[in-house]
Amino acid sequence: MTTEHAGATTADTPGGTATAAAATGTTALPTGDPGTPAPATGAPAAPSTTRSVGRHVPAAGTAAAAEIERARQAMLSDAKPRNRTRIGADALCEALIRQGVDVVFGYPGGVILPLYDVWEDHPAIRHVLVRHEQGAAHAADGYARVSGRVGVCLGTSGPGATNLVTGVATAQLDSIPMVAITGNVPGALIGKDAFQEIDITGITLPMTKHNFLVRKADDIPRVIAEAFHLARTGRPGPVHVDITKDALTSETRAGHPETIDLPGFKPTFEGHPRQLRIAAEAIDKAQRPVILAGHGILLSGATEELRTFAERTSIPVTHTLLGVGDMDERHPLSYGLMGMHGWKHVNRAIQSADLLIALGMRFDDRVTGNVSTYAPNARIIHVDIDPSEIGKNVAVDVPIVGDVGRVLRALTPLVAERSADDRAAYLGQLAEWRSESEGTSWHGSGAWRDGYLSADYVISRLGELTDHDANLSSDVGQHQMWLARYAGFRRPDSHLSSGGLGTMGYGLPAAMGAALGQPDKESWAIVGDGGLQMTSQEFMTVVADHIPVKVALLDNGKLGMIRQWQEIIYGGHYHSSHLPGPDWAKLAEAYGLACFRARTPEEVDDAIRAAQAVDGPALVWFSIAEAQNVLPMMPAGKGLSDLIETWGDAAEGR
Amino acid sequence: MAAMNDPLAAPTAGATPSRYIPGSGSAHRHVVVVIVNDRPGVLNRVSSLVRARNFNIESLVVGHTERPGISRMTITLQGDDFAVEQMGKQLYRLVDVLKVQDMPQEHLVEHELALVKVRTTNRDRAEVLRIIELYKGRVIDVAPDSLIVEHSGTEQEIDSLVALLAGFGIRELVRTGTVAMARGSGVVDVEGILRSGTVPAVPESIAARVAASTAPATITIEE
Ligand SMILES: Cc1ncc(C[n+]2csc(CCOP(=O)(O)OP(=O)(O)O)c2C)c(N)n1
Ligand SMILES: [Mg+2]
Repeated sequence: MTTEHAGATTADTPGGTATAAAATGTTALPTGDPGTPAPATGAPAAPSTTRSVGRHVPAAGTAAAAEIERARQAMLSDAKPRNRTRIGADALCEALIRQGVDVVFGYPGGVILPLYDVWEDHPAIRHVLVRHEQGAAHAADGYARVSGRVGVCLGTSGPGATNLVTGVATAQLDSIPMVAITGNVPGALIGKDAFQEIDITGITLPMTKHNFLVRKADDIPRVIAEAFHLARTGRPGPVHVDITKDALTSETRAGHPETIDLPGFKPTFEGHPRQLRIAAEAIDKAQRPVILAGHGILLSGATEELRTFAERTSIPVTHTLLGVGDMDERHPLSYGLMGMHGWKHVNRAIQSADLLIALGMRFDDRVTGNVSTYAPNARIIHVDIDPSEIGKNVAVDVPIVGDVGRVLRALTPLVAERSADDRAAYLGQLAEWRSESEGTSWHGSGAWRDGYLSADYVISRLGELTDHDANLSSDVGQHQMWLARYAGFRRPDSHLSSGGLGTMGYGLPAAMGAALGQPDKESWAIVGDGGLQMTSQEFMTVVADHIPVKVALLDNGKLGMIRQWQEIIYGGHYHSSHLPGPDWAKLAEAYGLACFRARTPEEVDDAIRAAQAVDGPALVWFSIAEAQNVLPMMPAGKGLSDLIETWGDAAEGR
Repeated sequence: MAAMNDPLAAPTAGATPSRYIPGSGSAHRHVVVVIVNDRPGVLNRVSSLVRARNFNIESLVVGHTERPGISRMTITLQGDDFAVEQMGKQLYRLVDVLKVQDMPQEHLVEHELALVKVRTTNRDRAEVLRIIELYKGRVIDVAPDSLIVEHSGTEQEIDSLVALLAGFGIRELVRTGTVAMARGSGVVDVEGILRSGTVPAVPESIAARVAASTAPATITIEE
């Protein structure tokens, strides 16, 4: 293993090699001054690390300086008398605390400043100052995914709000409970193209579960209560609350509601008994049933119910990308990932099924491919809490609207028990297909060819060395598929991935949120060099706030997924898929972040262990093969039976 | 629902059938009534959803109802039964949508209102008036060289009156789009929905956790 810091020479003592901010452990800086980076180990304190002092500022220690400090303190206490008026911003903080919020990811700006003026009076909330609002939204998303609580992010009007949008849309397509708060210009200026005014509720309208524009301080408690209820109830999703500056600053005596009334929002939780009976009958009759388990299993907390149901009926469980973790992958009935980059044996089982039991999934096009050739002989039972998902992409035979956990609890006693022996022929065939497909894919073998570091090997080692228990947040691209396929997930909610929107830049900020949402689990970001360059500014946040995120960078020097499509679908016509990146070790050093590097398989374990040993965040830079493909692959528009299984020749991987 | 398989039938043997793609069936006209909260932006929410979800609507009309705070929209659109059912389900995802009903084509009163400004001269005015009378239209304004006709009726009735008047020259035309109501005593009812009750503002599990950890700081109000 080599440990790289440009300029640092302490190569062989993992942990001890981290640059100051990460390694000393005493430099936790949540309330400190993140604007002053700690000097790099071994380097003399550079002049730039001390605050530049203007001529008009008296030197420290002089009487003049003491006088200025006294005046500053007096000004501060003038600004914040303890007995001040309760304003909308206070009502907002109280409302958040009542909803159990302990962390808010945010960024200040003109119209949201009234809130920043009162944060300190509400110490139950930790505010994490991100470096870009997109990071705040993804962090709130990661926080929500691992904790099951509502994540909260915050930005100012105009550019602050539009920067949040990508993260809100990511949460919308993955059904993540989130409340996004933005400030807006004072009510009287709305519609006047005021400074930093944009019609942000118009923008978030189609990408949120609901949104609010609050113009009166008195409305804040009710709106926040409604927003949290909407975000977490039924099918979860992001809710946007836009609050005018004058609503934040006005005095208010509005109390917090005990109850809320939303007649237009009444999700159905229990499956209809008649539908359950029809489903049970169809299940009992099926010879080749397959369970399609989706994100709904995790959102509903129904992993136990899924296992019980599958075990009672001996039906194999396949999962979607967001359904990774629905079932411990070591379970004999856990059959694997379906879809575009799923396993061949899984897609084969789906195509030859006579019954699909879809549980909390939505037949995304990355799952079905061409619908007209999808599972041609299968009838479909579809369970989802959102009625609009049923019959949207495929016509189904037995629709069941309800919470998937409750539906499974009601359905399981209705179905006949079937042992694995009862299904010996079917399960035997599936097992054969599986060993065939896993055995012929060198990507799955952890093979090392021609001296290049292969991504699947790195991922499988990462799974192993984190005891398959860490929270692993993915970015988007090839590494996302490798992570889903090769890490060996065992625990629910430990795989975080932008499945629906496919948002590059998601990984690092999401891992940051995961680290705070579930502090007792290791939090890793598994990212590509492309995606990391989209949100690498959050390195500073994790360093400054001492958030112990470990980043595994799978650097192929390419927009790998783009390169793969250009190679296979566009006849090798490469354009813009080669992506020069920075010297990551130097960049890490600049941030005060520990960095370790692996270029060969022998270096992989040591690099991972070294990062784990750092008390705080760390980066592991894996230089992987430039041209490895994710296979099999279903080309867009084709069907699940049209998988491309191999490409190129022995040269692949270079 | 011919496209649906019988859930309990034996799997199809032989040639693999092609799976039906929702919305690809034969389209016909639907009239959908949507009961919504009368709040700023609700029309925008509905029209934005309809556009984003690619539904092909012909008209959308909003107005007050017998109940304060509640508005009624009438949407006419072309689509197969699946597509229209899907639009209804999507609309239900909007918190301000209380009820969606695809109105049965039989027993439906459907009307729209049209105002038509027709070019008339002394020579043809009598003829124009005869046509209007025939259609039970109403003349509401007369000028030396034109008159305004108001007519309400079904889409087709208005279409055919407009076609006849076109011969004289139409200077201006405005139609409201269809509103509809079922004949008989049945109504699009939201009573039950509005009565359905409240939920706690903070779930018990969270309230317990918050109480255990921190007493929220309350800022005293200066008197
Ligand atoms: C914000 C955004 N822009 C563009 C894309 C399209 N896209 C999908 S994967 C990919 C390449 C990702 O490259 P990298 O992060 O290096 O990961 P790799 O595929 O190499 O593992 C791109 C550009 C996207 N998903 N998100
Ligand atoms: Mg890459």
